[in-house]
Amino acid sequence: MLKQAIENLGDRTMQGVWRIGFAARFFVAILLHSGTAFRRFGLTIREMYFTGVLSLIIILVSGLFVGMVLGLQGYETLQTYGAEESLGVLVALSLVRELGPVVAALLFASRAGSAITAEIGLMKATEQLSAMEMMAVDPIARVVAPRFWAGVISMPLLAALFSAMGILGGYLVGVQLIGVDEGAFWSQMQSAVDFEQDILNGVIKSGVFGIAITTIALFEGYDAPPTAEGVSGATTRTVVTSSLAVLALDFVLTAFMFRGLS
Amino acid sequence: MNKTILDLWVGLFVIVGFAALLFLTLKVGSMNTVNRSDSYEVTARFENIGGLKTRAPVKIAGVVVGRVADVRLDNETYEAAVTLRLDKRYAFPKDTSAAIMTSGLLGEQYIGLEAGGDSEKLKDKDRVLITQDAVVLENLIGQFLYGKAQEGAPQ
Repeated sequence: MLKQAIENLGDRTMQGVWRIGFAARFFVAILLHSGTAFRRFGLTIREMYFTGVLSLIIILVSGLFVGMVLGLQGYETLQTYGAEESLGVLVALSLVRELGPVVAALLFASRAGSAITAEIGLMKATEQLSAMEMMAVDPIARVVAPRFWAGVISMPLLAALFSAMGILGGYLVGVQLIGVDEGAFWSQMQSAVDFEQDILNGVIKSGVFGIAITTIALFEGYDAPPTAEGVSGATTRTVVTSSLAVLALDFVLTAFMFRGLS
Repeated sequence: MNKTILDLWVGLFVIVGFAALLFLTLKVGSMNTVNRSDSYEVTARFENIGGLKTRAPVKIAGVVVGRVADVRLDNETYEAAVTLRLDKRYAFPKDTSAAIMTSGLLGEQYIGLEAGGDSEKLKDKDRVLITQDAVVLENLIGQFLYGKAQEGAPQ
């Protein structure tokens, strides 16, 4: 009984370590085999259509709504201090620093990450990857690397679009609906938001999130048991793991980036 | 799907994405960060800087001309040594004075410069000699109460 429990624990630890090692080797393999993704850039563009362009609607609409809610809630709170002119600062800083990269990454993980895992997992289950290897086509270079780079390129652009739409939403609610002064809204925002400290750090954040999400999604798909159950489990794991990874990474990055500010 | 349509969509996506970045950079943020290359640094010493922080604005006549680059304590005189990074486009007389002010009643603190009359200008690594400390509200109230008490005291 006890022996069984210890054996189980050992087995799970071994598997966990093995998976981490495999994921690290997989990541290195993607980087090493990225040549094709750039030489035949058409492959990457094709994947950017599926991960980037098709995620546009959900990113733009949710960005708009998040910004509108920020406008409403921020106004309610700021108004009690008579500081409603700072609404622009509140909306812009919270979007550019945190909400833009993080929420866009969470949406990206569930919209594009799950699709990548399911696609690769099914390719493996239907032995398309093995067939490629038989034809001396490297599946990592032909299938995995273009998806990786498409995700890494798309993610910062999607996050920037999310922030821009959010600020537009905050403007619509704050200035057009509630009637905060338009000049104060924009000028206070401009004096408070810094290019390097806020915008560039936001872009770096979303780039890191893009790398994390696509790596996890590709790994889960590549590692999935070749059954219907296995693929569905892998898809679920992709969304859960990459969402957690995004939130944890966000904390680490924020601690490094904004430590000197307070 | 047709390859040209796909290319078109991805191209549009990239353009719109970069347009959003440009919007964030120009309209939301501002490129007025003073760079190391087109700025010069002067120091100023204060006995009390209140709540002054790095990156606080340096203003003259209400116009931002630089930022606070560094705040540290001089361990011999126990004064705060503040480094100001000023825009190279502006030159100030050598006897310019610096004061720590507060925007509004509870707003952030900034350094206000007041130009003097010297014909020589401040150069890199110079020191602003005339400074005025931050006003600490508690001290002010204390002084006021003390003054009141003095008034009421029997002569």
